[in-house]
Amino acid sequence: MHWVFEPGFFSSEPVHVALVIGGIAAVVSAVVGVFTVLRGQSFAGHALTDVSTAGGSGALLVGISPLLGFVGFGLLGAGAMDAIGVQRVRGRDLATGIVLGAATGLAALFLFLDTTSGATTGATQQILFGSIFTLDPSEIPIVVVFSIVAVGMIAALYRPLLLASTDTDLAAARGVPVRLVALGFMAALAVAVGLSALAIGAILSTALLIGPAATALRLTNRIGAALVAAVVIGVGVTWLGVLLSYDSYYWVSDQNAVPVSSLIVGLVFVAYLLSGLPAIRRLTGRRTVMVVTEAEEARLRGQRVSSRAAVRSDGDSPRSRRVL
Amino acid sequence: MFSSFMTNAWIVATIVAPVAGVVGFFVVLRGAAFPAHAIPNSAFAGAAAANVFGFSALLGLGAFAAAAAFGIATLGRRGRNDAVTALILVLGLAIGAVFLSSSSEYEPQLYSLLFGEVLGVSTTELWPVAGLALGCIVATLFLYRPLLLASTVPDVAEARGVSRYGMELAFLLVLAAATAMTVPVVGALLIFSLMIGPPAAARALTDRPPLAIVLSVCIALVTVWVAIASSYQTNWPIGFFVGAFGAFDYGVGRVWAAGRRSRTVRKRGREGDAPIDPSMVMA
Amino acid sequence: MPRTSAARTPRDHADTAEVLEVDHVSVSLGGRQILDNVSFTVGAGEFTGLIGSNGAGKTTLLRVILGLQHPGAGRVLLSGRARRRRTASVGYVPQKVLLDPDTPMRARDLVGLGLDGQRFGMPLPSATRRAKVDEMLKAVDAERFADARIGNLSGGEQQRVLIAHALIARPRLLLLDEPLANLDLRSGQEIIALLHGIAVEHRIAILLSAHEMNALLPVMNRVVYLAGGRAAAGTTDEVVRSDVLTGLYGHHVDVLRVHGRVIVVAGPQFESDDASEPDGHDPIIHVS
Repeated sequence: MHWVFEPGFFSSEPVHVALVIGGIAAVVSAVVGVFTVLRGQSFAGHALTDVSTAGGSGALLVGISPLLGFVGFGLLGAGAMDAIGVQRVRGRDLATGIVLGAATGLAALFLFLDTTSGATTGATQQILFGSIFTLDPSEIPIVVVFSIVAVGMIAALYRPLLLASTDTDLAAARGVPVRLVALGFMAALAVAVGLSALAIGAILSTALLIGPAATALRLTNRIGAALVAAVVIGVGVTWLGVLLSYDSYYWVSDQNAVPVSSLIVGLVFVAYLLSGLPAIRRLTGRRTVMVVTEAEEARLRGQRVSSRAAVRSDGDSPRSRRVL
Repeated sequence: MFSSFMTNAWIVATIVAPVAGVVGFFVVLRGAAFPAHAIPNSAFAGAAAANVFGFSALLGLGAFAAAAAFGIATLGRRGRNDAVTALILVLGLAIGAVFLSSSSEYEPQLYSLLFGEVLGVSTTELWPVAGLALGCIVATLFLYRPLLLASTVPDVAEARGVSRYGMELAFLLVLAAATAMTVPVVGALLIFSLMIGPPAAARALTDRPPLAIVLSVCIALVTVWVAIASSYQTNWPIGFFVGAFGAFDYGVGRVWAAGRRSRTVRKRGREGDAPIDPSMVMA
Repeated sequence: MPRTSAARTPRDHADTAEVLEVDHVSVSLGGRQILDNVSFTVGAGEFTGLIGSNGAGKTTLLRVILGLQHPGAGRVLLSGRARRRRTASVGYVPQKVLLDPDTPMRARDLVGLGLDGQRFGMPLPSATRRAKVDEMLKAVDAERFADARIGNLSGGEQQRVLIAHALIARPRLLLLDEPLANLDLRSGQEIIALLHGIAVEHRIAILLSAHEMNALLPVMNRVVYLAGGRAAAGTTDEVVRSDVLTGLYGHHVDVLRVHGRVIVVAGPQFESDDASEPDGHDPIIHVS
């Protein structure tokens, strides 16, 4: 056991805080992430992390908690994307990209001012790549509150969100307020991104959001199982990352521990690749999606098209307008 | 503003902008904004590695950008394209963070790689950048026809023997090359703004693809020049201005397109060519 | 049985050379048989309807002909030869084209790409090129919107442009996947009349898939009827008959002819698996 858990792992307070906040962030990210991947909004999710970066660095500048900056700017960003039309498939990547570009510009400015004002050292590194071992235990209550809000929103929206994520037209026909659901989801996404930005850094938080969810969705088709699998994978890679980083203080000779965020991202990527192995797929009973029928084939090809091309409003079958 | 130490900044920006304009035209056409954002970010790892191991930054950037392009094109064939892109992006950043954490000049290096340092370009760096720029433009124009076809009507292109995967990979590799050369100048996070803002505006202004490319280059040049001038005047980072002006370009394009659409509708209405009645289409 | 004998059905044109021969093609995907031993031929200048309901395998068959789907068994011959990867001899108009109104491209540009879209390098503006494009736009009656942005055109207009795109390379065979699916009746009839004219005038063979055959009856020389992955081919009178379709569907099917139109319904022997079917009334399975 000693060579797995190096001395002091269980008694160190920074480790406790890292495990708690990392775990909470992983759970929220995984739950929100499953819907993000289902809705094909990985780019929006990632863009929100960059928007959060601007918020986090802005928060440092005025001296408030980075978490408030992350979440506050994330919510603003979500609203901006909604306003310029991320909910429509057409041109959505461009609208997302523009918000992202403008936000990174703002982040560049804030970080520049952070650095030149001299108030904070290591701002760039702290905001962008996180510093899970230096988190303040007093952050835990606010983290818990935000995570309850995010998961609560997903739980409240669960069924309309699922319907809207798989077939927008059907959802709209059944009276689901699609736009409102989408906006609510973006808000939950912003909170989730803010939380994981705190844990593993703003620009890497995409990993916790997308990685476990995409992996889970490769393993199972059922949404419930996917949510559970994503949470397990997310928490698993986060805790393993914390452990390995802690251990690396002892293993790497030159006092430079491997950054915990990088380890977590690496583990996430490995998990994703593993889930594609035929052996693992056989184990979970999920086959590679095969083109089975003409309709299915058309759907699959339509999906590739609709993600980049327009969806004409006239004479269009509901199938192709599905948000994917 | 035009003093000698600024000369290189002006030259390099003038080299970079046309590349962003030409390659960006296809980024916007293909809806490839996410890969265009992910590849430069992944390439960041290459620059960090070059910094640690002491080889050319351009080499490191090129290698990692090409690997990211290949990964996105190949893994994206089977899985969900956007999720794969996101994962490749963070993987590149994470590897970069590992390299940089063992470097003593962590902070300034990190900042300039992510957000750009147009004023720090040396004369010896100009030639490789110029060469790569020319290469990227020539490659894009070489791919022009099949890429245009595959980007607008992929099914038809495939039926004519233009491979979907082949075009995707070829385009992402050009994007990677464009990225590798521009990251040290405008930064990993902001070359992206230059690649989508100007082309998005250009496509609203004209219906002709070649003219849209030319306009896209012109707008990119103006955007980057104004950004440098503003950066010089305010002493704020150039990245901020590129991001802001890129968004401005996009906004102008949106407004112009909206105005144009209403003009078209009125014109078509006058010709008595009524829009199709939706109820008829259901037949 | 029809699906084996159909390939040898005598033709009404004496001089037709076979442009396309689909020879005992079978395809299975993901463990499911999509196409089962399908054979038929298409002669030069013939208008052939590929009829079948959703999921009958129409798109898969077209993809096999285009060389985008490898057949598990059988072969496809174009003008008597095995097809090559890049060929201009087959034109293709896909099922649904979603052209982005934001794409900076005119109808004329897309037709121009039909000429040489698969070649590398920039196209050089030339008078011959322009003349060819103009001529083709005229042939499909698309001059009116030649300079309009393609994404702003209606479904029927876009279809014309795509047909021009396919025809400008002078193919011997033109494949159209469900061109009528998204059109209103009038536009659909116009497209069919246009295609018929092209087939007759330029002797280009046309293979058009549809789930409804009545609109095609006036112009169709031959029909390939797909059901459950199996095919029957021949003239309408040979194929759209109760006995042939009964063999194809594997259960009794009646073919009714009303005012020159054809209606295919499941016959009285059809046992519904669906218990919720009220009183065993013959459910209409397919109206053609």
